[in-house]
Order: sequence, then C-alpha cells, then structure tokens
Amino acid sequence: MQAWRIDVLAQPDQLDPIGDAARRTLTAAGLTGVSSVRSRRGYLLAAELTREQVDAFAEGVLCDPVIECFTVHAPGAASPRPEGACVLTIVPKPGVTDPVAHSVQKALADMQLPVVAAGTYRTYDVYGEISTGDLLSVAGKGLANETVQQILLDELPEGLPGESPPPDLTVHQVPLHGLDEDALVAISNDGGLALDGHEMRAIQAHFDGLDRAPTRLELETLAQTWSEHCKHKTLTGTVRFEGRTIDNLLKSTIADVTRKLDRDFCVSVFVDNAGIIKFDDEDSVCIKVETHNRPSAIEPFGGAGTGVGGVIRDVLGTGLAARPIANTDVFCFAPPDLPQGKLPQGCLHPMTVMQGVVSGVRDYGNPMGIPTVNGSVHFDENFVGNPLVYVGNVGILPTKRAHKQPNPGDKIVALGGRTGRDGIHGATFSSLELNSESESLSGGAVQIGDPITERRAMDAVLACADEDLFSAITDCGAGGFSSAVGEMAEGTGAVVQLEQAPLKYEGLAPWEIWISEAQERMVLAVPPEKLERLLEVCEAECCEAVVLGTFTDDNRLVVKHRDDVHCDMDLAFLHDGLPSRVLEASYEAPPLSEPALQPESDYAQALRDVLADYGVCSKEWIVRQYDHEVQAASAGKPLCGIREDGPADAAVLAPKLDSTRGVVLSNGLNPRYSRIDPASMAECALDEAMRNLVASGGDPDYTVVLDNYCWGNTRDPQCLGELVRATEALCDLATHYRTPFVSGKDSLHNEFRATLDDGGEATIRIPGCILVTAMSVIADVRRTTTSDLKRAGSQLVLVGVTKDELGGSVYYKTKGELGKNAPRVDKDAAHAVLRGVYQAIQTGCVLSAHDLSEGGVMAAAAEMAIGGKLGIDVDVSRLVVEGELDATKRLFSESQSRLLLEVGKDDLDALSASLGDAPHAVVGEVTAAAVLRYRAGATTLAELELGDAEAAWKRPLDVDGTLLEEVN
Amino acid sequence: MKRPTALILRAPGINCERETHHAFERAGAASEYVHIKRLLEHPDLLDDFQILSVPGGFSYGDDISSGRVLAQEMKAKLGDRILRFVDRGGLALGICNGFQVLVRLGLLPCLHDELAESVTLTHNLSNHYECRWVTLKTRASRCVFLPEGITVRWPAAHGEGRLMTRDAASLQALLDDGFAAVQYVDDKGAATESYPANPNGAPLGVAGLTNHNGRVLGVMPHPDRSYLPTHMPEWRRTQLERGALPEDGDGMVVFREMVKVAAAEA
Repeated sequence: MQAWRIDVLAQPDQLDPIGDAARRTLTAAGLTGVSSVRSRRGYLLAAELTREQVDAFAEGVLCDPVIECFTVHAPGAASPRPEGACVLTIVPKPGVTDPVAHSVQKALADMQLPVVAAGTYRTYDVYGEISTGDLLSVAGKGLANETVQQILLDELPEGLPGESPPPDLTVHQVPLHGLDEDALVAISNDGGLALDGHEMRAIQAHFDGLDRAPTRLELETLAQTWSEHCKHKTLTGTVRFEGRTIDNLLKSTIADVTRKLDRDFCVSVFVDNAGIIKFDDEDSVCIKVETHNRPSAIEPFGGAGTGVGGVIRDVLGTGLAARPIANTDVFCFAPPDLPQGKLPQGCLHPMTVMQGVVSGVRDYGNPMGIPTVNGSVHFDENFVGNPLVYVGNVGILPTKRAHKQPNPGDKIVALGGRTGRDGIHGATFSSLELNSESESLSGGAVQIGDPITERRAMDAVLACADEDLFSAITDCGAGGFSSAVGEMAEGTGAVVQLEQAPLKYEGLAPWEIWISEAQERMVLAVPPEKLERLLEVCEAECCEAVVLGTFTDDNRLVVKHRDDVHCDMDLAFLHDGLPSRVLEASYEAPPLSEPALQPESDYAQALRDVLADYGVCSKEWIVRQYDHEVQAASAGKPLCGIREDGPADAAVLAPKLDSTRGVVLSNGLNPRYSRIDPASMAECALDEAMRNLVASGGDPDYTVVLDNYCWGNTRDPQCLGELVRATEALCDLATHYRTPFVSGKDSLHNEFRATLDDGGEATIRIPGCILVTAMSVIADVRRTTTSDLKRAGSQLVLVGVTKDELGGSVYYKTKGELGKNAPRVDKDAAHAVLRGVYQAIQTGCVLSAHDLSEGGVMAAAAEMAIGGKLGIDVDVSRLVVEGELDATKRLFSESQSRLLLEVGKDDLDALSASLGDAPHAVVGEVTAAAVLRYRAGATTLAELELGDAEAAWKRPLDVDGTLLEEVN
Repeated sequence: MKRPTALILRAPGINCERETHHAFERAGAASEYVHIKRLLEHPDLLDDFQILSVPGGFSYGDDISSGRVLAQEMKAKLGDRILRFVDRGGLALGICNGFQVLVRLGLLPCLHDELAESVTLTHNLSNHYECRWVTLKTRASRCVFLPEGITVRWPAAHGEGRLMTRDAASLQALLDDGFAAVQYVDDKGAATESYPANPNGAPLGVAGLTNHNGRVLGVMPHPDRSYLPTHMPEWRRTQLERGALPEDGDGMVVFREMVKVAAAEA
C-alpha cells in the first residue's frame, strides 16, 4: 500500500548525536572509511491524506521547528539519495510492534486530521569511502536486527503493509489414534510443540478415551501448559541420584526449606506469581526473578526489554495487584573482546549482545518509571551461544490484598495491549536447545515491547485494585491467554470467546490468538456487578479492556471463536495429566589440581589485572543508563562515594515516602566456581548475596531469598547430578541462615549446538549457575552504610577467616588457571559474621563496609578507596587465617563470609563487642594520601596511586570512552 | 489558613507523579492528581488550582520526540487556557519530561504573552539516557519563587535534555533577559558545557528556564528526587560531618518556595 513518506532531519548546522552514534557503531563493527553519518527519522502516512494535510502535520507535530527540517515524498515517488551518500534505511518487519506509529495516529486525531494507517522508519546517510556490501553486513550487527527489522539500501520503504489475508477459522482436528511414538514425536516437532514421546502418548491416550481427536488449539494448549517453561517438569520430576530416589526435587529441597523454617513474615510463597512477605503492619513486599535467555540470544534488545516487561507484569499480577517499586538485572555474557574468529556461526557477538541487552532493559525499565537499583554482570566464554538475562522485580501491596480467587460467574477481562502474531511459541521455544539456525527460524518467538502500553495497564490495574474491583488477576506471559486463563480457571472452569480479543491486525487464526505472547496484557476475574465500574476506570486510564468470557464451575476449559468450539477440555487433565519424569543423575568431581605458580613478582600489576577483569571492573557505563532514582525511594544507590563512582553492595530503598522503613536488595552469582564444584557455586551465591545485603545494612534475620537456575542439558546424568549437588548445598546453607526461599525459576537446556569449520558439531554448555537474590526488610534506612571510605585515620577491620581458597578465583583466571580449591562456606562461622556485622552497623560505629568477593581483600580495599578517594595501608600479615598462607593467597583468596569494615579508632572496642564470636582483626588504616599500599609486616608488596588503580578498574567497560575523563 | 492547591498532571507515560505529589504535600500544599483525559474534558478544573505541575516521565513514550504528543494534545484541546492560568496568577512547574512538554507547548520560555516554540530540548550529545547527580546554580532570573544564587545537587535522568535555541544570540538573550534560571556548574561553581558536570552538552550549561512573568519554571534535573535528606547521595557523609541529617534534601527548596509564594498570594 503506497504511502506518504516524511523525512525529518537536523538542520545542516545542527549537531546530530544519533548520526554520530551510528558512525561510531559502524566503525566499531569493522566498517572502514566512514567519514560521517547523518540520521533521519521517517514516517509513513497512508495515501488518502492530502499534500496540505501532510505538510501541516509534519510542520506542526513531526518536526522540531527549532533545530530540524523535513521533506515530504509523495506516494510512489522515487527515493531521493543525497549526493555522495549511501542511504541505509531500517524498517520494522510487518507485524513487529511499532509503538511510535500509534502515537502518530493519536497526534493526527488531536490535530483533527483523518486517522490513517501510519508507520515509521529510520534512515542513515552514510558518507565516506565505503563498500556497500560491507555496509549492509555491518549494519546488521549494530544498527539493526534482521530478526525484526528490514534493512534497505538506497531506497525508502515503498509503503505500509497491505490488508492481511482472511484468517483460517476452521476447527482443525489432529488425529493421533493409532500413531506410534515416532509419528507422535514428528507431530510435536513439526508443530514446534516441544512435547516428548512420553507426553504425546499421554495425550493420545486421553483423547482415545474420549473417542475423538484433539483439535489443533487443544494440542497447542497442552503444549504451552506442559512446557518446561510453565511446568518445570525436570525439577518437579523424580530423580535417582547416588542410590537415592528424590521425588519432586523442587518440593523436597527448596520448598522444604521454606516449609521447615516456617518464618512468620512469609505471607504467600510458591503459590503466586511472586513471593510475598510482610513489610509493616499494613503492607507487604513481593519479589520475583526470572530469566529471558532464549529471546535475548536471538534479539538482545527486544528479548531483554520484554523480559523486564514480563517480570513487571508478574509482580503487578501478584495477589490482587502489587505496585512495582524496583528492578534488578543480572547478566552473563561471553567476554566482549572475543575475537570474531572465535565466534561460532549463528551467534551474535557478545559486544552486540551486551549493548542490545543493556539498551533493551533501559528502554523498557526507564519508561515504566521503575528504578533499576541492583544487578551484576558476569563473563565466561561458554555464554557465547546462551547469554543469560535475569530480570527481577519487587512490588508493594496492602497485605489484605495478598490472596486471590476467581469465582464462578466472574467475567474474564483482558486488558492492556492488543493481540498480534508476535511471540507465538515462546514458551515451547524456550525449552529447546539453540543452534546455528535458531536465529533465522525462531524470529516469531521474539517480541518488541511497548512500555507505555504496559504503564497504562499498570495504572489501570492499580486504580481498579484500590477500588477492589476484581477477585483475581494474572499476567499474560509464556503461553499467552492459554496459560493465563488456563491457570486461573484451575478449580473452576472457563468459557472464552476469542473473537472478543482486540487484535493488532486482522488475519489471526483462533489458535494464534489463544497462544500469542503479545506483550503488555493482563487477565482479571471481575464479579459481574463490578464490571461496569472496572471498564470505566480502564477507560479513564486510557487502557483498553474487554470481556473475553466467563469463569464457570464445571472444571472445563471451553474456547470458542463465535459459535465454533475450538477446545473443550477437562482442566484436571490439562493440569494434572502430565506424566511424571524419572531422571537419572550422577556426579563425579572433575580431575583438577592447584596450579604451581611462580611467586608473584609485581603485585601492583596483579592488582591492575584483577581490577580490569570484566567481572570485577566498573559497571558504571551500564548503571548510568538505568534510571535508579525514579519513585524517589533510593536511600542507597548503585554507585556510591564522593563522586558516585564506587561500587555499592546492595540497594537500599524506602518505598513509602513518608516512612524510613526500608528494603535492602542484593544478589550473588559466581559461574566460575561451578567449573570446579557446583556445591561451592551454590553456597557462595547465597553467601555473597547475604554479605552484600549485610554490608549495606540488611538484617540477616529478616531476609528471604530467591533461587534462579540456569543450567545445561539435564538429560545428561552428570549435568543433572551437578544440579542436585548444587541444590542440596544451597538448601543446607539456607536452612542454617534461616532464610526461606520465596520464589524461584529455572531455565534448562542452555546449550548451543555450534557448527564447526570442518562441518562437525560441538556443544557449548553454560556453567550451571544459580543466581541467589536476597531481600531484607529493615526498620530504618538511616542505619545503613556504603562501601566508600569516609575518613582518613580510621581503621580497617577484616571480619572472617582467610583460607587457601583460590580455586576459580579471578587471580588464578588472570594467570590462565582454574585451580581446585574452590571456596566453601563454614556455616557456623558464617552466621556469626553476618549477625555480628549487622549488629555493628546498627550501633552506628561502622563508617563503611564492603564484601570480599572476586579479587579478595586486595580488590575490596581498592574499591573502597576508589569510592572514598582516600588511600589505604593494609598489612596482610594481620589477617585471621587458616593454615599457612603466603602473601599472594592472603591478598587474593576468595574465602567466603568475609567483610572489610571501616571504623573510627575510638570505636574499635564497641565494634569488637558487636562482632562477638566472629573472627576479626585490624588489618590497616585509611590514609589521606590517595595511595594504595599493601604490605606484609615491614615488606611493601605493592604501592600505587589511587588514580592508577581506578583507571585499570574503569577502562574495560568504558564503552563510550567517558568514564576515564573523571580519573585524575 | 487554607493550603495552596497543586494540580499534579497525570498522562500515559508520566511516571514521577507520586513523588511530585508527596513533595508538594510536604511543602504544605494540598495536591491532587488530575489525569489529562479528565482535564481535557473539564478544562475549568484549572480554576481550582494555584499550582500546575507536569511531572517527569515518558509521556506517550516520548514518541516522535520527548513531550511532543502530550504538548500537542494540550495545545490542540486546551489552547490558551494554560496561558490564562499563568496570567491570572497561577504558578507552573515542569520537571524533566514536564519541562519538555512545557517547552513544546510554547509556555517556556514564552518570551511574550503568547505560546510559541522558540527553544528545544533534544538528544544528549552522548545519544543515550543517563542518570547522574549534577550540581546546579540558580541565576538572577525572572522566576518569582526560585531563590537566586543557590547551589544545589539534584539528579538528572534524561536522554533528551540538551537545551538548544535557533542560534547563539537567542541563547545569550535568554541569559541576559532573565529567562535562564538554572545552570549546570563545575567543581568551582562556574557554568559548564563539559561532561559529566553537564550531562547533555547544553550550550552555556542551561538546565532550566522561566517565562516572561516568572511564574513558570522548567528544569531538566529532578528536585522531586532530592527533597528528602536520604535522597542525597552523600547523606551518610553529611550525617557524619554534622552529627545529624538536615531536615530537607536539596530539591525541597523549589516546592517550599512555590508553595510559600502561592500562600502569600492567596
């Protein structure tokens, strides 16, 4: 369909930051000869507008009159090309969400112009001596993603997508009767259902018993509901391990810890979208973390953004709606300097992935008005095909709204975004292994988000919740309506009329409407007498809401399109018909040994190398792109110190503006220890989360934790054995810390089948990792602390015992070694340390506190100095140690349960009293001169300027080249 | 005494309404949320308020350009009512996206008594959103409530905050004629164009504007995220040095002074 094309660009004498950024991106992606780039914003408006209308709209709305100008191209006119430029135009593919187009239509209406079809594009005029072939290939790496966008060279888009072909409304039967397992599996594979032979047989038997074939929509519903993503069938299956049979791994380990601890502050755990705990007498806080790995591997920007959007909806749909107050994000990537030659075919380069993920989180979280307050980033070569994107959200809700139950007769109301063909088969796709073809084949599973639509839905839901207008709510996530309605209807029943669902465009078959994972949608159960008011409130909040059906009392799921019945299934079979799995697990420790290293000859350089490790270095480039201040709750920020560039251990929030009661939020993750011992990895994740939390003022006795697994192929017994070993270690420690798990999630099969140059295949498996997120409720945010040094002359006290535990350490990594002695946690000593440090911070004598993790005491002390812009003098001979340790081990050991505290000289006795049984020693002091000095008794090990260390720490992820401007 | 009334505007994508509401309440105003939809249906609502505040956020996703769609909607449907609100003694505050909206609407700097777009807030030179605390100094300006010559720290959090005029002469005129109310300053207290003290590259470091009669203020950085003592990034150091926390954070001055003027005029 031909259309008007309007180009808006900066006036010739004005700067063009978007064009400049594109030039940097193209150059960084390896294109040579680019001299300059000018950008244009493009708009498409349907041809029925007149020239006068288009001109008036462009002048009044599209163009900024102060610094921009515009040109209008008539429908069908040739695409102009500026002299000497290659013109690169990027257009969303048909069906991909284009939020700006909707705003264009709104502005047309506001100007009282005809509201016609609209679209957008982005154009770059690239000047210089460049090859167009190279330009096209690098554009796909940095400026566009061909999964969701089309790249045009030297032409503008022809027009807007035409009318969709009419939808296929037939009720399709899928005969299964008499088929053997191979044929059943073939049906599953061809349909992208991710059901195995065992499961297909159960479905066959069920429908044989009914003497009919399932419909396509019924089969799709089963595939969504039974997906690994929705049912966690591995972790809830039966596992045989080391002569034991573990029935329902999740229930007998993680959930069992919570059950046995029975903490009184737990309000609702493992039953809702998020775990809920008491905040004060009136309100509770809830928290959820999940992963969005697969979509982020294929389309990092859209994948990460919709991951954030999804977890926000989880919290919004917790209880009878919680208000989201904070985001937390943890990423795992391959090193961003990975040589192109080492990049497996079909993988995006880790730098592209990282930039896409960071901007995806930014462009969803910021517009939602939810601060991103905490996170971390980890690097390992094996994340190359499966980057990990953990997204978490915290919400607050009145405790009386913590429980929900739809009643027969309640209306099923869908609100928020419209349904489109985006995200079909996301739930089942996330259960499959990625390979070199995933990028091109799975595009439909990836979505682009529209945060403002979600914000409207959030405003509407919270307004309705305040008026008590619904009896249950959930979000549309994986599986779309099929999962949302199917879950809510469990125990009641539902009849759905699919033709009521508002669509983004015509042409969707009923099964597509039913399982579409289009974003920004919520499903509510609304008592009939409250329906009118609810629709009124939604209207006032500019949020579309429709009645999709009714909850019934017959425990059947009936899905219709007009009069055709596409599904009529027993909900008991849908929810309980999934055959249980029996899995074999075994564990054998890898053959490893401690390295025989040369004695360290240059400790200053060793420190620089450790600080420059991607896992250790400053993440300021990422942090600053996220809004961490919106909602005005921040009392402990992600960056601290007199120039706000020191690393914070945890976030401190005071979510109620008229109260100083607070929440402390932290996380722990260390994939590298997993290469030695998954039990160490799991324990250290929990200990690190607790150290971070306590270092910032969190109360270890009022803390809950979340477990988020990312693992390889658990059909491999060793891989599953590692998971069981990790889980048991984690549960042991959590029981000891008395920290209940309140929510968790798993992402399995994180493996990439890479095609090798010789045509063979290799499997790249991620190191199994558990992210532990910890959340504490505290009485007063004014009794918290930060990691930056505050005063010259104060003492540095190291709490905890240093051991020969450098296995998996950053120091060994900088020497190209892994080692064997991964850190383990001494449970009793650890608990004393956490409690002691908390008590000390409560007395007010602790000026700063920092946890010891990657890089040991040498890195931790340097980080505290960077924040405070002061010097340190640390004597490693004074550490409390176990066994004989040389200076190198003392400096770089990553033994757990250790924290470094800054205390005034006069407060040492008070500190010791608070620390009680926790082993501790004064190991140095803070100096006014900005010099880092490390020594062993009288022998100086290293002495370097603070700026020297700071530059090493800031340089690696200084992607924009701006962080170092601040270092003197 | 009756408390001055503040209208806190809501709209799809505005997301700082809660803290703005709370800050005005804390300053002694009676504040009320009004959704743009309701305001457009009942423009006379404006008559009930002494203060109009357009909070920060991403109104309508900042689609097309920041603040454009909301400003367009207000221009088309409220017309000169906003101008009359200011003329009859109302006060207005636009923070971040709210500032962008007031600029697109032509209410800032509003050199004469008519709505006209004469400046713009456009993409940061870094070409991305950035959240960082900045130091600001207020100038001798026409603004009737912002004290002159005070130095404050507020967080900036925006991707389109570079204040541009058609040419250098019109920018200089904004300073000379008292329209430029706030500037980014460096460690020595001098107005700066250098990153990171000036996070967006605005020429002459202009961070906020007032209008011809000084009753409207627009600022890019956020007083609504710095009005409590624990909002300040260095509150622990302050507590250590002074032995106690001050009553307010640096942003509170805007709300207090606005409410004070509104109360005095009531």
